[in-house]
Amino acid sequence: MNRNQNKLKASVTLLRIFIGWHFLFEGVVKMYNPEWTSFGYLATAQGPFKWFFTMLIGDATIGWVDTLNIIALMVVGVTFTLGVFERIGAIVGIGLLALYFFAHPPFPGLTQINVEGSYWIINKNVIELVACIVIYQLPTGAYFGLDHLRKNKLKTQEQ
Amino acid sequence: MKWTRRDLLIGLGGLPILGAVWWAGAATSVGSRKKRSEILEQLNIRPSLPPAVPGIGGDPVKIGVIGFGIRGEQLTRALGFATDQWKEEMRLAAEEDPNNKRLEDFEAQEPLNVKLVGICDVFDVRAEQFINSFSTDANKIKRYLTYKDMIRSGDVDAVVIATPDHWHAPMSIEALNNNVHVYVEKPMTHTVGETYVLREAAEKSDAVFAVGHQHRQTLSFGTARDIVEKGTLGHVSLIQTNTNRNDDNGAWNYDIHEKASPETIDWEQFLGTAPKVPFNKNHFFRWRKWWAYGSGLSGDLLTHDYDRLNCVLNMGIPAAVSASGGIYTHNDGRNVPDVIQVNMEFPDFTTGSSQSKGKEKGMTFCYSATLGNGFNRPTILMGHDATMELGNKLTVWPDGASTRYADMLESEKMRPNVPIYQYDPAATATDAVSSATSQYFADKGLMWTYIDGVRVDSTFLHMREWLSVIKNGGKVSCGINEGFDEAISAHMAGLSWKLGRKIEWDAASQMLKQIEGVDFDQVLLANENWNIQPEMVG
Repeated sequence: MNRNQNKLKASVTLLRIFIGWHFLFEGVVKMYNPEWTSFGYLATAQGPFKWFFTMLIGDATIGWVDTLNIIALMVVGVTFTLGVFERIGAIVGIGLLALYFFAHPPFPGLTQINVEGSYWIINKNVIELVACIVIYQLPTGAYFGLDHLRKNKLKTQEQ
Repeated sequence: MKWTRRDLLIGLGGLPILGAVWWAGAATSVGSRKKRSEILEQLNIRPSLPPAVPGIGGDPVKIGVIGFGIRGEQLTRALGFATDQWKEEMRLAAEEDPNNKRLEDFEAQEPLNVKLVGICDVFDVRAEQFINSFSTDANKIKRYLTYKDMIRSGDVDAVVIATPDHWHAPMSIEALNNNVHVYVEKPMTHTVGETYVLREAAEKSDAVFAVGHQHRQTLSFGTARDIVEKGTLGHVSLIQTNTNRNDDNGAWNYDIHEKASPETIDWEQFLGTAPKVPFNKNHFFRWRKWWAYGSGLSGDLLTHDYDRLNCVLNMGIPAAVSASGGIYTHNDGRNVPDVIQVNMEFPDFTTGSSQSKGKEKGMTFCYSATLGNGFNRPTILMGHDATMELGNKLTVWPDGASTRYADMLESEKMRPNVPIYQYDPAATATDAVSSATSQYFADKGLMWTYIDGVRVDSTFLHMREWLSVIKNGGKVSCGINEGFDEAISAHMAGLSWKLGRKIEWDAASQMLKQIEGVDFDQVLLANENWNIQPEMVG
């Protein structure tokens, strides 16, 4: 039982770090490129929530949208790779991925723009979203990550 | 509290990952930006700025419109006047597709200081529509039965001419001789002879003469000029331009109005100098299909492509033109070709060279058109150092064997399949285009341009420039000299197709080289089916 638990923890830790890696890289690349903007992605949005994404591309909002996107990506990236406050990171990640998913949903009848692979209703965004739910349910920061030091500190004080 | 080494390894194990990913992300971003800015610095291309025209002050310019068909309506909208019918159609179109912003764009258009005072159209329905839409109690619009009545009335300062081609020159000349300003649609003449007479009239007149090549206002073309002048492309040896359409509207089979009849149309006046034929609705509404009134692909669409390039390169009239083609897609009784290939030779033209002196000289401008396929073939300028795609957007790719970029290609700072420059003034605008034909024009930069990311009708800008020059003096961007180049080049193409032989231009004498026994204007106007057997015509 204990051995299985450890195997599970190791697997989820790997999942957590790789997702963190992915988000962090996306965030950093955008942060260091002042010309990057989500305008094109939002402007070409499709599906039932098109109105919402189109609303975001106004002159007054687009700057905020871009900055918040970078911050959110970095939050997920940092919490997941370091293994600390990962449940907060997971919630942010779920929200972000839901937005990405609904901006360009792979629903039948909609044209897929700039996507590699073929999808029907489910795509990689929504799979990564579910992976974030797993990470929320099974925090592994104490197993491998900064949380280990935090938890140990508490234990030390309790003794 | 005490942490063992094991605790620290477990606790801080994520840090190196974070550091590595961060470094990699930053290096990727900064590295590619640095590479790009190095390329851009070397290219030193300056995106053109929107044209600044002095205001149209004082009394409104009193305008008479001659011809209120499809193009006439568009030109009148560019002046700020849309019919109620059009507004209603656009309102419905916008309801159906919220991306259709044509009405919104029209309403946002800056008002021009003009007053519509007269209309001349040989079709009663159109003349009445003009008056019903724009006449007010304060400004009663007058209908003139002939263009001469309008021009000589003394009530118009300027005329907008949107008639069949065979009327362009006679009306323009009449207006210029009476010092009435002219905005005339392309091609500005229907024969070679008229082209010289019109040039003389424009030079002698105090009035401002403008040809309706509105794409001269397209912002990207200014940038394209800078790109070519800086030697970015090296020696351009071939230009490829195309027309691809595959719909009835694009093949000039326009709607025939239900009220058209000999009673509502002044048929004699429509014909003018054209061969006398009995009343024919098909000819009246679809005049672009016959040499008697129009000039087919060479006068109608080649002129756009030729002038677009003449505006960027200023290459002038070709030394020789050869054309081939036929009526292959719409054998419906027309006698203008619907498939045509035109090769224009410019043996002495060069855009500069990065190779040894004298090695490169000369260019072919190749226009290829079909009305039986809608695949979008872009306009391409092919140079020794780079290739440029020209439209509302510009894209430049380095050539793998370029001399100028050899070092950068060697060090892989440039790659032949990766653009080194892209200019997209519409990057921050979303567009919706209503039909295949308008998409065709939009891609070419013929419908609108972008100023600060906002879509602006280029015809409006072209009209505004003409009106500003009327009031303030200066030079229009497509005046008599540009129109002369365009008309002669188009006529050379038409003649070459009709005669099946090369037509040459003598730059020194400013004349076409004569071919013994051939009267060019007679050939241009000849209206029989030159290559088609009568039994084949459906």
